[in-house]
Amino acid sequence: MDRVAVLLYILLVIMGWLNIYAAVYDEEHQSILDTTQKYGKQLIWIGGASIIAFCILLIDANFYTAFAYFFYGFILLLNILVIFLGREVKGSHSWFRFGDVGIQPAEFMKFATNLALAKYLSNVNIVVNQQFRLKIRDIFKNYKNTLYALAFIGIPLVIIKKFQDETGLALVFAAFVIVMYREGLSVNFLIFGMMTAMLFVLSLIVSTSSLLIFLGVMALLSFLFIRRNRLNILIVSGIYLLGATVVLGTNYMYNKLDDHQRVRIDVLLGRGNVDMQKEGYNVKQAKIAIGSGGLLGKGYLQGTQTKYDFVPEQDTDFIFCTVGEEWGFVGSLIVILLQLTLVLRIIFLAERQRSDFSRIYGYGVASILFFHLMVNIGMTIGLMPVIGIPLPFFSYGGSSLWSFTILLFIFIKLDANRLLILR
Amino acid sequence: MSNNVQLADRKITIGGFFIVVILIYLIRLFYIQIIDDRYKLDARNNALRIVTEYPLRGYILDRNGKLMVSNEPSYDLMVIPREAKGCDTLSLCEVLGITKEDFFKRMKKASQAPNSPRKQSIFEKQMSARVYAALQEKQYRFKGFFVQKRAVRKYRKPIAGHLLGYVGEVSKEKAEKDPYYQEGDYIGVSGMERGYEEALRGKKGKQIAVSDVHNKIIGRYMNGKYDTAAVPGKPLYSSIDMDLQEYGEWLLQGKKGALVAIEPETGEILALISAPSYDPNLLIGGKERARNFARLYQDSTLPLFNRALTAMYPPGSIFKLIDALIAQNDNLITRSTSFPCARGYPPMGGKPKCHPHPPVDLVGSVAYSCNSYYSYVFREIVDQRRFPRFIDGYNHWREMVKTFGPGTRLGTDLPFDKPGNVPSVDYYNKVFGKNAWRSNTIVSLGIGQAELTLVPLQMANVVAIIANRGYYYTPHVVKGIGNEKKIDQKFKIKHNTAVTKREYYENIIDGMEKCFNQPGGTAYTSKVPGITACGKTGTAENPHGRSHAVFLAFAPRENPKIAIACIVENAGFGGTWSAPIVSLMIEKYLTGKITRPEFEKRIQQVDLIQGKNLITTEFH
Repeated sequence: MDRVAVLLYILLVIMGWLNIYAAVYDEEHQSILDTTQKYGKQLIWIGGASIIAFCILLIDANFYTAFAYFFYGFILLLNILVIFLGREVKGSHSWFRFGDVGIQPAEFMKFATNLALAKYLSNVNIVVNQQFRLKIRDIFKNYKNTLYALAFIGIPLVIIKKFQDETGLALVFAAFVIVMYREGLSVNFLIFGMMTAMLFVLSLIVSTSSLLIFLGVMALLSFLFIRRNRLNILIVSGIYLLGATVVLGTNYMYNKLDDHQRVRIDVLLGRGNVDMQKEGYNVKQAKIAIGSGGLLGKGYLQGTQTKYDFVPEQDTDFIFCTVGEEWGFVGSLIVILLQLTLVLRIIFLAERQRSDFSRIYGYGVASILFFHLMVNIGMTIGLMPVIGIPLPFFSYGGSSLWSFTILLFIFIKLDANRLLILR
Repeated sequence: MSNNVQLADRKITIGGFFIVVILIYLIRLFYIQIIDDRYKLDARNNALRIVTEYPLRGYILDRNGKLMVSNEPSYDLMVIPREAKGCDTLSLCEVLGITKEDFFKRMKKASQAPNSPRKQSIFEKQMSARVYAALQEKQYRFKGFFVQKRAVRKYRKPIAGHLLGYVGEVSKEKAEKDPYYQEGDYIGVSGMERGYEEALRGKKGKQIAVSDVHNKIIGRYMNGKYDTAAVPGKPLYSSIDMDLQEYGEWLLQGKKGALVAIEPETGEILALISAPSYDPNLLIGGKERARNFARLYQDSTLPLFNRALTAMYPPGSIFKLIDALIAQNDNLITRSTSFPCARGYPPMGGKPKCHPHPPVDLVGSVAYSCNSYYSYVFREIVDQRRFPRFIDGYNHWREMVKTFGPGTRLGTDLPFDKPGNVPSVDYYNKVFGKNAWRSNTIVSLGIGQAELTLVPLQMANVVAIIANRGYYYTPHVVKGIGNEKKIDQKFKIKHNTAVTKREYYENIIDGMEKCFNQPGGTAYTSKVPGITACGKTGTAENPHGRSHAVFLAFAPRENPKIAIACIVENAGFGGTWSAPIVSLMIEKYLTGKITRPEFEKRIQQVDLIQGKNLITTEFH
């Protein structure tokens, strides 16, 4: 068992718990063990998480490989059932309710997808070797496995976004692209994806016509520098036409977004006339809270911005504000570095695996944790649009804590078992 | 198996990407936490507290600049439960006149979600000035309590309740949907207060106060840089003539019904009355509000029901005017056309029935309101040769009628108006079966009975159309919003009806003039002295009881200044009750005085609700 990873996990969970106490601190319920309050409840969740972690370590490692597809299918089924049976919370059907306790199956889809993807990718090859030819049959042959792998990711993404209306939880599945990249995903996909994203953002900031002119000039320049055979000309013009389509389609797509999502992007890009007292309120309050922390922070339980409810969702998605306000830059640095160390540690561990399955699974864990870290902290400091996803091990909530615990500890178990695997 | 060596190098790219992103984040954090002091607060660890400043609601003035609605200060007692420890509970209860149990119940409510022990919430709403003074005297004993000043509406006269509407606390759903409102805010609930809510409410201001750890306010955040001042609501310049409105409400006392007066050339509403009415000051708020509301709500005469906009009455004979216009427009009748009348409509064995009168042409048919004449006219329109099927004829009639307003909501600036009803072909197919009905089945539509209904506002609009000889402006009650006196452009759009030829209007107006001015005309006894008024009586048959008396009129004949429709429920023939009221209203509006005090007294004092009929028989 890798002690470094486990130690980091324990440290982060305890820090998270203390932070939740600070975020919902209430003079009338001073005991941190008071289970009517969120910090008391979080303690119960933490207890549950330790039992889960312990059980995972006890089970034979082969079990996870053998039942990977079963987990995927079963939890996918739960995610479909919750659409019909789940109680509605803030307009989305993503919670099963058992009395006072809610379970969000989408959280558990992460480790299940990770298992299934690892199993699939360890059996097939997604590296593209064949000579590139513009024949449908060849393209399909080259990218068939990639497309299947993308389907493993895409199905839960669509279900969670479209039918459960949990944009944040769904976007997490994009993190698996990093895993696929490690396993040989063609760089073309990444370049294509990044270009599209860049053009999308650009066309929101710059006027459509100037962007189109820019693309046209670039296309002409490209023609000067390539070997002008039929194939190359076809590819280059195809790429620029696609680019133009993205630019022209942006406004359409953008208007298709929900109002609140559009506003969040506007807030981020400083677009249009966003009212900072209304739409930009969360982000502004979050920045004030973090910014007021200074170098060393105001001290534990001394935060005023977070304590007096200025920051919304301060115990879940905006928990990082409490860190920033009470522990200052130094505290934030420590928390972020601890999280990053855990992620990098997992990558290190993944690389030393003998089995492909374990390595791929490890990369999945690292990617998911990193994605959460990036989006969650990014939105509190105004570098990402507001997307509701938790900060791993810190945010209040049983489903997310348990899901991260399961995700991580399966990997720790696989790693502990690595020497027993014969190639 | 993708275990080749080159791919293993990708770990560097991935790890590098992670590290770069985190580095960017750390630089950003360093910037906002250490370099940029925009987000810094006072070094003494202070907190911000947002204090909302409520704007004054806009005043409402009548067309002559008389104040109709203004504001009055009121005092809410607020509490922050966490700070209310050590408060002199007993004397507070005494001052407010509540029991100790009440006190604890309210404290509990203020502490629980959605309220919070840390936040202020209302403890007692709209205290009287006397209670307020008593509280101030002992303020030091009531820790955690403070008084917040707000304004409540003051309606200058106890009239126009339906028209002005009232203001009430915003509903939970609305507060959740609209970010402007918070629970406990006030919002226009009905009438003009609702229709012009956005103009009247103004804009809330916000002061960001800095308070210390004891929650005491010690200053303003950034010297008030982020504060916004409250913007008072805009005044509304109403088109209502308050004196006319008051006079009309006085005349309609003791009666159920409605009256709407419009200035034809602009579509401005001069008076809009629903009787019985109520004093809008009953509903301004406070403890009495709930009690008053319940009492009004339970009253069997339905004083809260705005008959002028929402009561759908059969129009009765006044509808003949529209038939006459359509028939002329379709070249089916002329001024000299006459039809037989045998105390009823001959082809259907004398039904619908008619009253005795001399033989009539078009003008006479209006003056004497001949039922037989309009049964013929209606069937002529519907059964025109040019339509292959009779339902096409019916639809033609229906579409023509709709251009005069019935069957659609007029789109006035008051909320909740009803469309009335002009039955569709589908409706009759359902009732009678397909192809099982003909023009004679529905002939009573021609005289404004059966399923045909209009709201009083639409009736008034019909007279305005006739007064204008063919067009109207959507009726509205506001002439100008704010000091720039702008109004919605839709009230400046001229709507033409399907009949625009002046001559056709003059023909029926000749009849309407006779109705007032020729002996034997249906409203001759209500002749307006010195003014050429034109009117039409109607008797709306009511399946639930005695007929409703309908009357509409405009005056003077040339350059009309006022168009009125009046309906008095269960009062029988239109000439008896509605016509005198309309006649007095016209005289009052055009001359400013009443020359017939006896006549006025008899009309005003009659109480049709209690059944006390003071009018002598000579008046019938």
